[in-house]
Amino acid sequence: MKSSIRIGAAQGFWGDRVDAPVDMARYGRCDYIMLDYLAEVTMSILQRQKLKDPNAGYAKDFPAVVGRLAPYLKKGLKVITNAGGVNPAACARAVLDKLGRAGMHDVKVGVVTGDDILSQLDVLMCAGDSLKNMETGEALSSVRNRVVSANVYFGAAPLVEALGQGAQIVIAGRCTDTALTLAPMVHEFGWSMENYDLVAAGTVAGHIMECGAQASGGNFSAAWEDVPDMAHIGYPVAEAFPDGTFTITKPEALGGMVNQAVVKEQILYELGDPRRYISPDCVIDFTTIRLEDDGPDRVRVRGVHGAPPTDTYKVSLAYQDGWKTAGTLVYTWPRALSKARKAREILETRIADLGLRIDEILFECLGVNACHGALAPVPDEDQINEVVFRVAVRSSSRSNVEAFGYELAPLILDGPPSVTGFAGGRPKPQEIIAYWPALLRKTAVGARVEILEA
Amino acid sequence: MKRVATRQVALLEIAHARSGDKGDTVNVGVIARRPEVYPFLKKVLTPERVKEHFAGLCKGRVERFEMDNIGALNFLLHGSLGGGGTKSLQTDAQGKTFAAAMLRMMVDAPEEIL
Repeated sequence: MKSSIRIGAAQGFWGDRVDAPVDMARYGRCDYIMLDYLAEVTMSILQRQKLKDPNAGYAKDFPAVVGRLAPYLKKGLKVITNAGGVNPAACARAVLDKLGRAGMHDVKVGVVTGDDILSQLDVLMCAGDSLKNMETGEALSSVRNRVVSANVYFGAAPLVEALGQGAQIVIAGRCTDTALTLAPMVHEFGWSMENYDLVAAGTVAGHIMECGAQASGGNFSAAWEDVPDMAHIGYPVAEAFPDGTFTITKPEALGGMVNQAVVKEQILYELGDPRRYISPDCVIDFTTIRLEDDGPDRVRVRGVHGAPPTDTYKVSLAYQDGWKTAGTLVYTWPRALSKARKAREILETRIADLGLRIDEILFECLGVNACHGALAPVPDEDQINEVVFRVAVRSSSRSNVEAFGYELAPLILDGPPSVTGFAGGRPKPQEIIAYWPALLRKTAVGARVEILEA
Repeated sequence: MKRVATRQVALLEIAHARSGDKGDTVNVGVIARRPEVYPFLKKVLTPERVKEHFAGLCKGRVERFEMDNIGALNFLLHGSLGGGGTKSLQTDAQGKTFAAAMLRMMVDAPEEIL
C-alpha cells in the first residue's frame, strides 16, 4: 500500500480552462487526475445531443484531453472523470481511438453505466417509485411527458471496481462529483466502504476539489487581490493518507494560493445542513472537519466523521418547462436611468398591445442594481454614466417569446436617445430545461462496470 | 454595567463569504476573518436579521446553521432565484453574488474585535 497519494483536480465544470489537465499532469506530481464535467443542466443538453446523434452525448472535450495527456499516461498517471455524460460507451470509444493513434494499445479504460434510467421511468413508476419532486412533493406524472433526462447519482463503488480491474482511465456518467476524488483513496488504501469516517473524509476532500480552482484562490472573497498569478492559477491537489487525513495544496510552479480561508470558502460552497451532508456513500458531519496550517500553500484536513448512507439514490431529472429569452440595450448619460425606465414602459405597452402571453418578465439595470436589488444604493442619476438595460421574458409559448424578441431592436430608432450596444440580432427563444430532484430506492438500479482496451 | 464601545462597520470588514445555489435556494456561507469575530457573528447574524437584509431578494424563509469548527455560519435563503437555475430570468441566476450582498450589511461591532 502506498503511504500517500496525490489527486489533482483539473476541471470544475464543462467550460473550465482547457489546459488545466495538462498543467496538472506537468506540474502537479499526481498519481490521479480527476475531471468533473457535469452540472445538473448538462445532462439534459447531452441527452438532446444523443437524440440527434447516437454517438454523441458526452463531454466532447475529454478525448482530446486524453490525447494531450498521453505522455503522462505512459508514465502511469490515472484519470477519473464523469465525462461520459449520457453516453459513456461512446466517450470510451472516442478515447480508445485517441489512445490507439498515440500508439497506446494496452491502456485499460473502465466504463461505468447504469445511471441513465430514462428508458426505465415508466417501469419504475409502475413498480411504485413515485419519483416525486424532493423540494415541492409534486408527482412526476405532472411532467412525465416532458422529461428529457433522468440519471441516478452513483457513489464511488463502481469507480473503485473499475480501478480494481486495472482501469487506468475511468469514464462514468452521472456519479457524484465527490466520488471522483474518493474512489482513488478507497482503491489505493483498501478502505472498506463501511468505514464511514474514512469514506466521509474522502468525500470531504472531493467536495473541496470538485469546483477546481475555487479551492486554490479562484473566486476568493476574503482577499482576491492577494492571489498570485491567476492567469496561470494552479488547480487544487489533495495529498491523501491511509488514515483519512489529507492536505489540500496546489502545484508549486503555478499561481493561486491555498490557505485556511480559501479552503473554508469552498467547504461552504453549495452546502446545506452541515451536520447532514448526504452522499450515496455516507452521511457526513461537516462540523467535525478540523483545519490546520501545514506549510506554505498547504492546509491539512482531519477529524471528519461519517455515518451510514441512506437507502436511496438521488435522481436528477430534467424536463422541458417553456421558453425564455433576454436582450440588452445601453443608455448613456444624461439621465441614463430615466431612459431605461422609459424603454421599459414602451415595451410593456407593446406587449399589452400585441396581447403576448408572457408568464414572467424581468427588467434589470446592469451597472446599477441588477444583482443586489434593494441592497444596492442607487446613485444620483447625474452620476450614472451609462446603464445596461436588460429585459428577460419567459413563456410556455415559444412563438410568444419569439414575437417579444422583435420588440427590442426598434427602440434604437423609436425610443429614448443616446442608445447603443445592440448586437447579436434579435433575442431568440431558448428552451428552458428545468431540474427535478427525486429519490429512488438503491435496490431499484445497479451500476455496470466494463473494461475496454484499444 | 460596563458600556462596550462599538463602531458601525460593513460585514465585509470582519467576515468573508461564498454563495451558491441548490434549486430555488441560495446558500450563503459567512466566515469570520479572525476567531474573535465569530461569537459576534453568531450573536448578530440571526436568521431574522438576514431575512430582513435580503428583503426583496429572498422571498422564502431563512435557515441558519452554525459551524464552530471553522468559525462560520451557513445560511439557506429559500425562494431566492425566481424558480431556480435554468428557469430564472435574473442575471445572477445562481446566486453567485449573494455572498457579496451579504457583506454589505452594516453592523455595530465591539471595538475590541475590530
